[in-house]
Amino acid sequence: MGSYIPSNETQRQEMLDAIGLAVVEELYSQAPPNLILSDGPNIPEGKSELEVSRMISGMAEENVIFPTIYRGAGAYRHYIPSIVNAIVSKETFVTAYTPYQAEISQGILQSIFEYQTMICQLTGMETSNASVYDGATAAAEAVAMCRDRKRTKALVSAAAHPDVIETIKTYCWAGNAKVELIPVKDGVTDIEALELMLDTEAACVYIQQPNYYGMLEDGERAGEIAHGQGVKYIMGINPIAAAILKTPAKCGADIAVGEGQPLGMPLSFGGPYLGFMAANKAMTRKLPGRIVGETRDSNGERAFVLTLQAREQHIRREKASSNICSNQALCAMTAAVYMAAMGPDGMKEAAAQSMSKAHYLASGLNEIKGFGLRYIGEYFNEFVTECPCDSGKLLKHLESKGILGGLPIAGGILWCTTEMNTKAEMDELISLVKEVCANGIIV
Amino acid sequence: MSNPSNLKYTKSHEWVEFTGETTVKVGLTDFARQSLGDLVFVNLPAKGDELTVGESLGDVESVKAVSDVYAPCSGTVTAVNEELLDAPEMFNESPYGAWFVEMSNITDQEELLSSNEYEAFCKEEE
Amino acid sequence: MELLFEKSIKGRGCSILPECDVETAALSEGQMRQQELPLPQLSENDLSRHYSALERRTHGVNNGFYPLGSCTMKYNPKINEWAAALSGFTQVHPLQPDDTVQGSLKVLHLASKYLCEITGMAAMTFQPAAGAHGELTGVMLIKKYHEDRKDYGRKKIIVPGSAHGTNPATAVMAGMTVVSIPSAPDGCVDIEKLKGAVGEDTAGLMLTNPNTLGIFEKDILEITKIVHDAGGLVYYDGANLNAIMGIIRPGDMGFDCVHLNLHKTFSTPHGGGGPGSGAVGCKEFLAPYLPKPNISVCDDVYYQQYDCPQSIGKVKSFNGNFLVTLKALTYIITLGSEGITDAAKNAVLNANYLMKRLAECYSITNKGICMHEFVITLEKEAKEKGVTAMDIAKALLDKGIHPPTMYFPLIVHEALMVEPTETEGKEVLDEAAEVFLSIYRQAIEDPEWVHHTPKSTPVGRPDEVRAARNPVLHY
Repeated sequence: MGSYIPSNETQRQEMLDAIGLAVVEELYSQAPPNLILSDGPNIPEGKSELEVSRMISGMAEENVIFPTIYRGAGAYRHYIPSIVNAIVSKETFVTAYTPYQAEISQGILQSIFEYQTMICQLTGMETSNASVYDGATAAAEAVAMCRDRKRTKALVSAAAHPDVIETIKTYCWAGNAKVELIPVKDGVTDIEALELMLDTEAACVYIQQPNYYGMLEDGERAGEIAHGQGVKYIMGINPIAAAILKTPAKCGADIAVGEGQPLGMPLSFGGPYLGFMAANKAMTRKLPGRIVGETRDSNGERAFVLTLQAREQHIRREKASSNICSNQALCAMTAAVYMAAMGPDGMKEAAAQSMSKAHYLASGLNEIKGFGLRYIGEYFNEFVTECPCDSGKLLKHLESKGILGGLPIAGGILWCTTEMNTKAEMDELISLVKEVCANGIIV
Repeated sequence: MSNPSNLKYTKSHEWVEFTGETTVKVGLTDFARQSLGDLVFVNLPAKGDELTVGESLGDVESVKAVSDVYAPCSGTVTAVNEELLDAPEMFNESPYGAWFVEMSNITDQEELLSSNEYEAFCKEEE
Repeated sequence: MELLFEKSIKGRGCSILPECDVETAALSEGQMRQQELPLPQLSENDLSRHYSALERRTHGVNNGFYPLGSCTMKYNPKINEWAAALSGFTQVHPLQPDDTVQGSLKVLHLASKYLCEITGMAAMTFQPAAGAHGELTGVMLIKKYHEDRKDYGRKKIIVPGSAHGTNPATAVMAGMTVVSIPSAPDGCVDIEKLKGAVGEDTAGLMLTNPNTLGIFEKDILEITKIVHDAGGLVYYDGANLNAIMGIIRPGDMGFDCVHLNLHKTFSTPHGGGGPGSGAVGCKEFLAPYLPKPNISVCDDVYYQQYDCPQSIGKVKSFNGNFLVTLKALTYIITLGSEGITDAAKNAVLNANYLMKRLAECYSITNKGICMHEFVITLEKEAKEKGVTAMDIAKALLDKGIHPPTMYFPLIVHEALMVEPTETEGKEVLDEAAEVFLSIYRQAIEDPEWVHHTPKSTPVGRPDEVRAARNPVLHY
């Protein structure tokens, strides 16, 4: 059993002697004796490192890893350049604490400053914070930022990711604020319906771009309509798509948020991921969480420091607008290294290929009877097709071939491609699906 | 710095200048300046806001702390000091020259001290 | 040191992707990005050197003693990192069918089982991504509980004055009002004030035990009873669990729900400020309110249960910071029953030993035994000599020791909170004590000297006023 306690018996005894106690148990004399567990917790005995590694490997092997993936829906398999893991697994970065002591934390602070800059470059927005937990919580925090004394209602597109909608609803219920869903029409947010929903209670409009179905929304129009009624505009964006799509800033967003996982983080069964938040000038001081700023030190040298801390909970306590304390620092660094490794050309290439391959796959599937595209319109790297057979059985069949197919939703399938899906793989998928339908292998 | 005798003071370290019978200017005293340190940001109410005596009308931020500014009386905000919003350091340079808000329709004042009473009160606090 | 953008040279880049093997799809004019994308252009060598330079300007647990009170900077075992890098865990899509993710579901289930044993709870969620996130989830459980009982008047959360800022901030985010009760002179909860504060409008009390002064709340059973008798629930802030894990269970102390900081107590690394994990556990009666899905098992087969009609919903997408939960599980399996208890005992032993050594010069607020952390105050030295907690902290930086937590808890003036953790050997504590004491002596003799520390760090004291008044938040 390992416990990572270096002091041996003799040293522990020396310490007890110095304190003037006979046994370690006396340190708990303040606690009511009937609370003290006589036997320790009811969990198995400790194990040696070798035994632990076998046990953990065993569990890892119980998972199925698919060599080919066509599923997105909020988590995307993009290629991660090898430099990313080499850098973010450096022990000092991994084991450092939050950079409150700026003098010895310039490494972390500068890396966050660089991350903040890149998020601003990607979104076109004025300020970025040091990140929050994930895209869903970023959306919920952005909604809270928009509330004031008179306006507290959130209008959220029903075409946003279900987990994002659910998280916004939970946070709003907690904060005693209303949420209304803007209906979907033909796979995109129904802008006409939105116009009718904007009233004096509405605080913000949240649109996802591309939306959950992969469709491209009219980002600029939604913003115009919202602002016309004095309502704030939040866009939840895909950071890879952002390389080639009109920026949230150009669409007039007051706040841009999103899931940063595609920027170098592996799928990992859902986490740790990354929530980015960027705001225009007016909303900057309402951003929750940590922010790094540039300043000078006592010698006039450039230095970075956590700033605008008087917004945060450790100072404002119950007057803070959010309780958030941690950011996802190492994930933010991951995103920065990824964006720097890919560079502007690489980012655009990853985006263009993700989108192009989706269109290739869609037209191939479209030719199979019953697999038509459900929605007409522009889409990025995801699309919904109908499914004429039992989607569960079809997908199981694909799984048996090492393929994780699209996500079954509402009688159809939500497919996704990234730069990782080759033409050959997609051709194979198309012929497999054709085969299944033609031969009625599964019905 | 001594406290100007033409002003009134509160126990929460605001100064009050009666610009008319029912209009006042409000700021923070030198004592406040000493305990707050360098101000980095000021949060003020909006023109037209109704304030209630004893309630917070805004706050001031230094690097590591936030402090409320309390309304010495009830009334309506007629002006906020935009210059102070842009340059909070004005307060550190001259606390009695840096007003925060102007109010009108004053009612319900709390107990206001004269400059001598306030000086005595501050000595006790220390 | 230059920023990536300052090192950028047009035309540089890494060769990451092949040419596209399908026809390029076109975007309409209206959707196209018109703005430049000015990300830096660098070679892989440039990047590698840049981050190596940043690493040298960072201080991790691997560089030296890190006695940050309330943060539990214990050693981060490398086997945890190995586990979290296994492709069997990293390559799993969160929306794969349950029968293809039995390994990951088992990880979550086992972690829940062991942590419930350690905390005396019946059910657990790993969805919250950090301590504050866990706090919000826990208070939401309390809110939902009262709503379900149609007891809509319970809107107050009681918080001790010594609490961490996240506690009151959390209560407000959960739509509650905060009632702050000042501590008794000994730093513990003032029982009389608590009795006066509870009533029909009490939703609950948020408490950590040991408290933020490193003292065990000996009246804890009375405290939880007072709140329960008034109809409220009691929430355990698990930030200080390292002092008592395996020895005392929050559930036995009367707490109804808890949050844990896996990145503190359970050795997962801090990563420079995250990712962490704020697991939330609760007693059986609160279990239906936990975020969905919950992980269930039937005949040795694990599945994700989404049919949770009373759930508060979701606090994050998918299942929380899965890899962090995995690291914590690896740690718990390694330590086992005896190791968990040993860790707590030695954390407390180390703290008391260091406290004894530092008491030679420093004023310690703790009288008698402390738990896993203790608080030094420089109030007297600040008044008499102008030597502040900040000064001592900055002087420590020159000696390669990360300073203790500064200016917390707020109820102590000029505070430094020290938590050595159990993973430091006696000789490290002795060496650290010598450094602390010599800095003290030198500072008292020559306050001017200490005001100008640190001298040997990559940068000197930053101008924080300038950073806040004129924020420059990007290049």
